[in-house]
Amino acid sequence: MVQTPAPFEYERATSVEGAIASLKQRGSEARIIAGGHSLLPMMKLRLANPEYLIDINDLDELSYIREEAGEIRIGALTRHVELLESELLARHYPVFRDAERVIADPVVRNRGTIGGSLCQADAAEDLSAVCSAVKAKVVIRGPDGERVIAMDEFHIGPYMTAVGDGEILTEVRLPLRPGSGSAHEKVERRAGDWAIAAASVAVWIDGGTIADVGLALSAVGPTTIHVTRAEELLRGSSPSEELFAQAGEIASADCSPVPDGRGPVDYKRHLAGVLAKRALRRATARALHQEA
Amino acid sequence: MQLNLTINGEQVERAVEPRQLLVHYIRDTPGLTGTHWGCDTSNCGACVVLMDGKPVKSCTILAAMAEGHEIRTVESLEREGQLDPVQIGFHELHALHCGFCTPGMMMTARALLDENPNPSEEEIRVAISGGICRCTGYKNIVAAIRWAAEHEATTRQEV
Repeated sequence: MVQTPAPFEYERATSVEGAIASLKQRGSEARIIAGGHSLLPMMKLRLANPEYLIDINDLDELSYIREEAGEIRIGALTRHVELLESELLARHYPVFRDAERVIADPVVRNRGTIGGSLCQADAAEDLSAVCSAVKAKVVIRGPDGERVIAMDEFHIGPYMTAVGDGEILTEVRLPLRPGSGSAHEKVERRAGDWAIAAASVAVWIDGGTIADVGLALSAVGPTTIHVTRAEELLRGSSPSEELFAQAGEIASADCSPVPDGRGPVDYKRHLAGVLAKRALRRATARALHQEA
Repeated sequence: MQLNLTINGEQVERAVEPRQLLVHYIRDTPGLTGTHWGCDTSNCGACVVLMDGKPVKSCTILAAMAEGHEIRTVESLEREGQLDPVQIGFHELHALHCGFCTPGMMMTARALLDENPNPSEEEIRVAISGGICRCTGYKNIVAAIRWAAEHEATTRQEV
């Protein structure tokens, strides 16, 4: 079987403004392509059929990881390999390195981007859970300027985001707050595969109690699952194994996996709980500088 | 659309549809069928080529996206009749049976050694984890890449 996308027109953008102008002109027929490792497979399967592709790979201005204004700011075109290797990111949010070690394989990681991963809005994708857990904000630019929204408002359904026609995701912002620790735990069938289930956690510890926490799950619902009920339980409490076990039980209960080739529902719920607990344990150990 | 790609240092110019994948653009060029077209889903790694020195899966890149970048295929490994140490390693240690994954494996190995001349077995296994070999069980592939690392200096001197 020949797998080739349906015909489309191709444009190579030379500036963000130019890409936005083309997007606006073409409306919903146009799509941005970055790494292309989600979009092209979807196009081959006719699950995505854009008539106009705008290639942003030349826009170096969207490729960076830097500390600025009390945040880590990541350009949308930053590739997985750069996220994996960033010492700045590993120092403040090791959850990214945890996740990047198990996202696809090194060759795919040379191409795929953070912006593409988030905009694909696949519930099984790891970085969406990571960004949700660390309470990232995303910058969306359109013809009328920029808006900054929280991750919770970004994914509005399976494969659907808050990025509208004529708009482009340009940046991911991670708040820098004291006492943070973070971790990502994933179980997959084989190296490089999508998760059967994965859990991302960020905690902020202040004086021995959990001042704030983010817990998000991949691959166990129609979108990334943000486990708010577990966060409410954890917030203001002292970290303990019992507490983490309770949070894991909530994660098991509050996700909504479907059975597929990766496993039945009860197994995925079990994994969600265990991985949430492990990620909480590891994130907390990192926050307290007790990691073995 | 008219494209002009740089493949193995040569300009390859052709009119293609924007939807043409890089793997097909390469394989449609006379003398460049060494790059293999495998799963077409970026899983198997048979189509790996180097783009500006980094291994990429050419089934998941549009030919149009490769314009302006340096593409290297498996045909570039041999220079003036002298095999690359990676090729000699694959030959010496019998790192292929059917050979279908071999071009992707060797290009991935070449990129690894260019970046890390002395990789551990673990680093080699991680580096080639984007390639699937159904014949060898990977053992001889890993050994061949180690062989290439150990013999890089001596085999190069003989050129």
